[in-house]
Amino acid sequence: MNKNLFYRSVLATALLIGLAPLGSSQAASRNHIDIVGSSTVYPFATVVAETFHNKTGMRTPKVESTGSGGGLKLFCAGAGINTPDITNASRRIKKSEYDRCQANAVKGIIEVPIGFDGIAIANAKSGPEFDLSKRDIYLALAKQVPGKTPGQLIDNPYTRWNQINPALPNEKIEVLGPPPTSGTRDAFAELALEGGCKTFNWIRNLKTASKAAKKSGDPAKAKALKARYKNICHAIREDGAYIEAGENDNLIVEKLGKNPHALGVFGFSFLDQNADKVKGAKVEGVPVTFENIADGSYPISRPLFFYVKKAHLGKIPGLEGYIKEFTSEDAWGDEGYLTDKGLIPLPEAQRQVVARQAREAVPMSAPPAD
Amino acid sequence: MNHTEKIQHSLKKRHAREKRFRLYGLLSVSISILFLLSLLGDIGFKGMPAFWQTKVKLDIHLDPERLGLGPNPDQDDLFQANYQRLIADTLTRMFPDAKTRQQRRALKNLVSKSAAYELRDAVIANPQLLGQTRPFWFLAKDDVDVYMKGRIDRNLPESQRRIKDYQLAWIDTLKSQGRLKQGFNTTFFTNSDSREPEQAGIRGAFTGSMLTMLVTLSLAFPIGVLAALYLEEFAPQNNRWVDLIEININNLAAVPSIVFGLLGLAVFIGFFGVPRSAPLAGGLVLTLMTLPTIIITSRAAIKAVPNSIREAALALGASKTQVAFGHVLPLSLPGILTGTIIGMAQALGETAPLLLIGMVAFVADVPHSIFDPSTALPVQIYLWADSPERAFVERTSAAIIVLLLFLMAMNALAVFMRKKFENKW
Repeated sequence: MNKNLFYRSVLATALLIGLAPLGSSQAASRNHIDIVGSSTVYPFATVVAETFHNKTGMRTPKVESTGSGGGLKLFCAGAGINTPDITNASRRIKKSEYDRCQANAVKGIIEVPIGFDGIAIANAKSGPEFDLSKRDIYLALAKQVPGKTPGQLIDNPYTRWNQINPALPNEKIEVLGPPPTSGTRDAFAELALEGGCKTFNWIRNLKTASKAAKKSGDPAKAKALKARYKNICHAIREDGAYIEAGENDNLIVEKLGKNPHALGVFGFSFLDQNADKVKGAKVEGVPVTFENIADGSYPISRPLFFYVKKAHLGKIPGLEGYIKEFTSEDAWGDEGYLTDKGLIPLPEAQRQVVARQAREAVPMSAPPAD
Repeated sequence: MNHTEKIQHSLKKRHAREKRFRLYGLLSVSISILFLLSLLGDIGFKGMPAFWQTKVKLDIHLDPERLGLGPNPDQDDLFQANYQRLIADTLTRMFPDAKTRQQRRALKNLVSKSAAYELRDAVIANPQLLGQTRPFWFLAKDDVDVYMKGRIDRNLPESQRRIKDYQLAWIDTLKSQGRLKQGFNTTFFTNSDSREPEQAGIRGAFTGSMLTMLVTLSLAFPIGVLAALYLEEFAPQNNRWVDLIEININNLAAVPSIVFGLLGLAVFIGFFGVPRSAPLAGGLVLTLMTLPTIIITSRAAIKAVPNSIREAALALGASKTQVAFGHVLPLSLPGILTGTIIGMAQALGETAPLLLIGMVAFVADVPHSIFDPSTALPVQIYLWADSPERAFVERTSAAIIVLLLFLMAMNALAVFMRKKFENKW
């Protein structure tokens, strides 16, 4: 009797587990847009989502902040209706990600560049003025810096800014910045650190040698040289001069307010919102302003994108409308509401081309160059 | 030295030691209270202003021509019309000194973007308004609101504040005309998440939390209580398998919650196809998390029922099941409920596992079912804390206040039930 009961309950559980996927098939029709991706694009995508809802009365798209890499991973997982329709990215899609998309039957990907984001290096209003070159930034923050002879690396010996460049203030090197998981950190390493790193001839030669080796058919050597180059240029010091302050840029701003000796690294929109507390440093003599990022003269800025799954057009209600709203002058134009949130718009001519391609749903024709 | 002397000799030392110990205890209690008070004080100080909201009164002339409407507009025309233009017109008429593009833009930003939609809804609800001039109270833009609450110092040099001199002049004029008022912020409770701080509210997150808790309660409570009842009343004693299960339940109670999130992602979303970001997925994950708590507390409550009651029932001819459900369960219910409420309160404050199943997202619609995308209260706090706009600082703290009140209410209910239904043997 007791045994009977046991078998019956096992059977019932098995049945329940077996039936569960059937029950979820109702999720196959979805009437809201599903957006994932970069935390840098998140503030812009959410504003567009909200405006789209208010203007059309359709459901507000769901926007999840997963980071650029995480978003593309979800996006490329398949073409089914249970995968995201749009992913935001604070960098271009990589060739490996594009290939993965193709392998998973995500054939048509519409690429929409939306504007730029500047990375600000800032300190408290009461702190000293900084005018940094990329080389200064590299020497201050790299884990190892070039020694006296080419090819020699020494642990970063600098503790004060004026040791690097006598024109800089006599302040301790103390920089609060994002952790390695952040897209801002990747962009900062690539644009600022690598930019400064390349000013050393022998390091730049590593990269050219790597390319030459690849051409001459020695991929192993090319890879080793490239890894060495990346290691020298992207590694950030871990002796306490660079402090990882978490993904929360508000926290960095608050800490800077309390410590006028420290510098912070964060997105331009946070500088814009907190202009009463912190001021941006000049980089290569260029102050970090809206105009300077827009015309490309401020050196540490990166393009922002979103990618649309073509297969979902027509299946998810409102997807075309969302794209149209995002690419309208009202949103991403020079006077649009996205600039209020800190987006640096594309030049007008490019905006027109991109908007037309996005509305006509022209997919990427070739994988991005690596 | 006899014994009495010996004792007397050491007495002073022992008393001093006791005094010292009490002092340490008192010190640690006061330090904890100090921490708690400074935390609550900080949250309260930052959060209270969020319960007030500045509104601006504008006299809008609802000119059908400016709206681009024909003689007999239908619902669709009314919906599509450009109401923003009417608001801009009104403001320009009031402050003709705004000349540059930047100034005109700042002028538009005195009132919230929601003003145009409010106007639209008013006209759709009552098309007779067209052609009339009516006063409307609109939400003020976040910068104006923050200034009105005294969080922007107007004595700072112009370059160092977000509100420029000409904007201050406009605000002063509005104030002198009685067109600015501060009232209770109902928007905070009736709206869902928004990227405009003045329009943001907690209704969506609150509903999401409720739905998630509903799923968790309806699964975790029966499963947990039945498991506990079986383990205490029916399972064979001194059985190796039962011991193993017992140890593992205790281990599970100590597993970090993010692990349950990973499990939920793989099993519920990956295998069973539960929709991402839905309260159903969140509820299932939190069920896994609260189950050990409920089982452990329920077992303790069941164990506390004296054996004499079981024996008396058995002696009168009741079956084991009758004893369990007729006597043991009702008597242990107060303890079980207390444990359940505490487990639920824990689940309510959880964010980490929700991160992995996509509930940390911008969801501006109120969820209607457990399949709709939604967030939860602690997630909303996390998202607002991460937003650049200054006005979100106070909303973050206000949401924390709401969450804390909710948790306190739940814990108070647990205490009340324990006191009310407590059995004394």
